[in-house]
Amino acid sequence: MAKRVFACAGSLAVLLACPSVGAAQTWNGPGLNAQQFKAIPPGGPAPRRDLTGIWDAGPGGVGGAAQEAEREAARAPFTPLGEQMVRANKPGNGPRMVPVAEINDPLSTLGDPTGFPRLVNYELRGVQFVQTPRQVLMLYMFEKRWRVIWTDGRALPKDPDARWYGYSVGRWEDDYTFVVETIGLDDRTWLDNSGSPHSTALRVEERYRRVSENTLELTVVIDDPKVYTKPWMARNRLPLRRVPPDTDLMEMIPSASEAQAYQKVISSQTK
Amino acid sequence: MKETLLGVVLVAAGVLAVSAPAVAHHGAATFATGQEITLKGTVTEWIWANPHCFLKFDAKDDSGTVRQWAAETQNPVAIASRGWARSSFKAGDEVTVKLEPVKNGAPVGRILSVVLPNGQTLVAAGPQPAAAAAP
Repeated sequence: MAKRVFACAGSLAVLLACPSVGAAQTWNGPGLNAQQFKAIPPGGPAPRRDLTGIWDAGPGGVGGAAQEAEREAARAPFTPLGEQMVRANKPGNGPRMVPVAEINDPLSTLGDPTGFPRLVNYELRGVQFVQTPRQVLMLYMFEKRWRVIWTDGRALPKDPDARWYGYSVGRWEDDYTFVVETIGLDDRTWLDNSGSPHSTALRVEERYRRVSENTLELTVVIDDPKVYTKPWMARNRLPLRRVPPDTDLMEMIPSASEAQAYQKVISSQTK
Repeated sequence: MKETLLGVVLVAAGVLAVSAPAVAHHGAATFATGQEITLKGTVTEWIWANPHCFLKFDAKDDSGTVRQWAAETQNPVAIASRGWARSSFKAGDEVTVKLEPVKNGAPVGRILSVVLPNGQTLVAAGPQPAAAAAP
């Protein structure tokens, strides 16, 4: 009770300090910056078997040079095939970064889909989770893309045709941990913005742990024995915060025509 | 009620925020980082796009020759909370652009800030004025 009174008093103080709060923007939210992310309280206890809501990892979801360096440190060594594959990738970020004109990132130069798991490894911006009796739907701000995680007990397909976002099934490991397994991933996509490659043998495990009402933690394990000598963690308990349910997120769609315009106007002149 | 309180805290944090997520699809190797030039020019086109927005403008060099510049910013999501919008510029606007040029001497750069015809300054990188931070 005392905590509630304190929270109300704090919110009142915030309201008084910010008379423009009543005119809050309700459209085109760009997602949480670092300060906004930190300001969201943990909230009450985690509900059982429930991921529903709009979640945002703030700058930690989007990455950057420091995060790419961390991921590179966590990465398992390449197999000989992996060494060969990574040499062909010319990324704009990370330890293998090349000058702008040499980048061959299929996302930023061709407008290819980000694909999975890059969508959660680097461009994890706002994402809404919706639970139905048979599925968990993941609706991503980046690319305005969605994934279907089947929870109806089906097995993953055997030897499936590769897809940009693969085939996913999910299960509750306990009341607060949702585990997703994904296979059948198109090897034209990268794992991250550093150009880390993968094969169609890639298997990805995501673990979503509901820590509290407003906090979720994401761990992503990469298992691709053709490209990496052992499984490794691309995300290690990345925290996400729940944002208000009336949050409208901006579109962030890397279109092919915009990629071409950038190549023509900027990249081509930097050689 | 809890959601309302959460909303209040979130919005208040937005008002107080001083920076936005800064991410680009490429690193800084192509640009002469730390070198700044200021150009007065006339906007020819403003492209609101991913992975970078970019501004095309004509500006005279020291010899009086008009050069056609193209200067990028971050993506729309990253700069929207700094006050930038799809409607920030129109062709013919007289602007003052502070930028980091590319190393090879081409009329290309990365925008640091732009002063609009009405005197407003849009900041593209680094700390931003608190007044421009309110979403």
